[in-house]
Amino acid sequence: MIPGKKCAILNMASSLFVALVYEGATARPIRNYPYITCARLNAFCDQFEAGLKGANSVSTITKPRSSIAGSIAGVATLVAIACLGSLLIAANAIDPMMEAHAWIFFFLTAFALVTIGIWAGGLTGRDPFDESFYEDMIVKFGVVAAMFWGIAGFLVGVIIALQLTWPSIFYFPEFGWSNFGRLRPLHTSAVIFAFGGNVLIATSFYVVQRTSRTRIAGGLWPWFVFWGYNLFIVIAGTGYLMGVTQSKEYAEPEWYADLWLTIVWVAYLLVFLGTLWKRKEPHIYVANWFYLSFIVTIAMLHIVNNLSIPVNLSGSKSYQLFSGVQDALTQWWYGHNAVGFFLTTGFLAIMYYFIPKRAQRPVYSYRLSIVHFWSLIFIYIWAGPHHLHYTALPQWAQTLGMTFSIMLWMPSWGGMINGVMTLSGAWDKLRTDPVIRMMVVSLAFYGMSTFEGPLMSVRAVNALSHYTEWGIAHVHSGSLGWVGFISFGALYCLTQWLWKRPALYSKNLVEWHFWLATIGIVFYIVALYFAGIIEGLMWRAYNEYGFLEYSFIETVDAKHINYMIRMVGGGLYLTGALIMAYNLVRTALGHGEAADVASPEASLAPALQPAE
Amino acid sequence: MSDDKTEIDPHSGVETTGHSWDGIKELNNPLPRWWLIVWYATIFWAVVYMILMPAWPALPGLGGTNTPGILGKSDRAEVAAKVSTMRAERSVASQQLMSSSLVEIQDDLNLQQFAMAMGESAFGDNCATCHGSGGRGAKGYPMLADDVWLWDGSLDGIEQTVRHGIRHTSDELTRLSAMPAFGRDNLLTSAEIDDLVQHVLSYSDRQTNPESASKGSVLFAAQCASCHGVDAKGSRLVGAPNLTDAEWLFGGEPADIRATITNARNAHMPAWQGRLDDPTIKALAVYVHSLGGGE
Repeated sequence: MIPGKKCAILNMASSLFVALVYEGATARPIRNYPYITCARLNAFCDQFEAGLKGANSVSTITKPRSSIAGSIAGVATLVAIACLGSLLIAANAIDPMMEAHAWIFFFLTAFALVTIGIWAGGLTGRDPFDESFYEDMIVKFGVVAAMFWGIAGFLVGVIIALQLTWPSIFYFPEFGWSNFGRLRPLHTSAVIFAFGGNVLIATSFYVVQRTSRTRIAGGLWPWFVFWGYNLFIVIAGTGYLMGVTQSKEYAEPEWYADLWLTIVWVAYLLVFLGTLWKRKEPHIYVANWFYLSFIVTIAMLHIVNNLSIPVNLSGSKSYQLFSGVQDALTQWWYGHNAVGFFLTTGFLAIMYYFIPKRAQRPVYSYRLSIVHFWSLIFIYIWAGPHHLHYTALPQWAQTLGMTFSIMLWMPSWGGMINGVMTLSGAWDKLRTDPVIRMMVVSLAFYGMSTFEGPLMSVRAVNALSHYTEWGIAHVHSGSLGWVGFISFGALYCLTQWLWKRPALYSKNLVEWHFWLATIGIVFYIVALYFAGIIEGLMWRAYNEYGFLEYSFIETVDAKHINYMIRMVGGGLYLTGALIMAYNLVRTALGHGEAADVASPEASLAPALQPAE
Repeated sequence: MSDDKTEIDPHSGVETTGHSWDGIKELNNPLPRWWLIVWYATIFWAVVYMILMPAWPALPGLGGTNTPGILGKSDRAEVAAKVSTMRAERSVASQQLMSSSLVEIQDDLNLQQFAMAMGESAFGDNCATCHGSGGRGAKGYPMLADDVWLWDGSLDGIEQTVRHGIRHTSDELTRLSAMPAFGRDNLLTSAEIDDLVQHVLSYSDRQTNPESASKGSVLFAAQCASCHGVDAKGSRLVGAPNLTDAEWLFGGEPADIRATITNARNAHMPAWQGRLDDPTIKALAVYVHSLGGGE
């Protein structure tokens, strides 16, 4: 028996565990869970169930389905095949990395199988996929996973910033996994694919259900998508630490992880399409076009860029199908469109739902959303060659990449205009609601970096900026500013709405998060813009006899101070994210300003749709 | 709400499209005019650039290549032209470098300055990684800006070292010597090495255990003096360092000296002949010689 309020931390931890893990895994009402008796938790449960029955209802009665077994059997079969296959590979592994990965795969899939079995056994005829409710538990899991991976990714970023600043101090040759070369892909994958990916999956499941007014399709398959994707993250991350990599930037995981992700991604596509198929709205909302373009294009990019032949089916190493400049072009076609379709269209989808919803204003222009959507996706896909200016890539392909990047500028800005102008009529909320402010500032960073991108793709500019810290500054103004802030905005909204809170635990903490993170970004990017231009100019400096003025190591030495400032900026951004995580946990638990249980339907919560 | 019934947004006075998703409506604003104009301008610019520069491949009548662009620009041709211009500009001075002796180079002010510029650039790209910017050295990598030389600090000696390396065994003319690993190969006991360390410390007037040091002096005469000399001032013939000064390539603390005697160091430097051309090697010799310690 845990007496209420006696131990706040234990209370919070156990509540969170029950609310997420137990309820999520068993779908049983947590009120009957015998060990949790604290009053606060019961109030939480009551409110939760009331919410589940009332506010969550799709408000349309559909006839109960005769069979719920199909998706459960399908997921269980696939997981069982993966489980047995990984056991087979574990027994025959020819290298220790493959063996470790096969065991991780085996234990996690076996655990999943047992969980599915226990859960399905406890159903006793109840329909767990009741069409009259939205599936929100999975979104809650996504919110927690995104916050967890985000903090992990930011932390690793600060660590590698330390390593770059003081390379001889933070160098531990006896711990190979701590080397910069292994931690760097861990950072990039953790922030892009683990943090960003979980935000995208969570928000897409939330948005597609509400804007289609129907429960997510596929029964247990959405759960497979969520857990399968996070299993991929674990395999990728542990692989980097062990030194498993195919040396393709942002596509480092080896063939078996890529195959698994392909399966997960196809399931994601089908779940999303299935939900759109059975929508109860006549038209598909613009956010869903963006989500769909993200899912479809990432599938295509992932498959083509990872075409490779394993040396041995029980070994981790594989060789790429392409080589030389063909490989480079495929890689940057992938790399650039990962930015385009993962970090741009995916997060524009978030923008198109969460900004009008939070501001309670109509989207500025339907026509602009159509024109900029189609022009963006048509033009973006050609821009990749601008990563290979002045290389072995034929010049005509460089022309292609550069001209399409220039033409991409306005289609990119269409999203910014539509987002910012949606605020017209609600500008006062920039002052009163730090969450709205965060999302609008994210659009400002989006505008900055989508202007800067075309600028840097011009060959004459690229000759100076390429390979320098300018690239790192550009990427981080886009990722910390645009992707990070729009995600934070969505996570603040989702936590408040999903846990049915009238407000966040503390608006002041959101203010702190906003300012710490904004100042952190400014420190970060300004320091690296200077570093990039300094080293770019040093690289091209000749003396009077036509010899290079500076050696490479002198150009590294020249940016030491900038590296220190960048590290501080990253630290501030991480601090902001920690404050946010604390705020979200307290919000979910209904503390502080979030405690008003009398009116769960506050003005900011999503309004209900009447039945057709 | 799903029927297409448009309404007027009270704030902006603009009509909505009549749809509503989860309470979200869309205004029917036109495309911003400035946005459209700038977009058309970028498209126009892109088309012009494609006409001027190498662009579309595989159009009929091009024989499988791409449109060359009416400006006739080509990166590859431009780079080749720039490289040959640079070679032509440097060829006179490079020829002079080749035909002059190192001493002659040093005496000809113009040639010397050219060699210094060339040497500094080559040093930064190839040597500074180990020897540090300006040849300031690091633990295990000799400082080149002082007058302490293991092998030879003359112009010709430096050129010989750069050209053939140190203990670079695939080069027949490399500078070669090997100090035995007295501890690892069980040539001396641990106690004997301790005595030897005490003795070596006494050369640089440091506090020692006299009894141990005197035992060490006997060992030194038997084991070390053949290379380091009876006065421990070293020998350039075999690259044996002077043990009586304050310069210690691998550290002069008792633990460092103990590690050196136990495992030996025998550091390597690659031979640069074949990787760098002859004028560059000569220029490097002049540059390194000028750093402060040339003999």
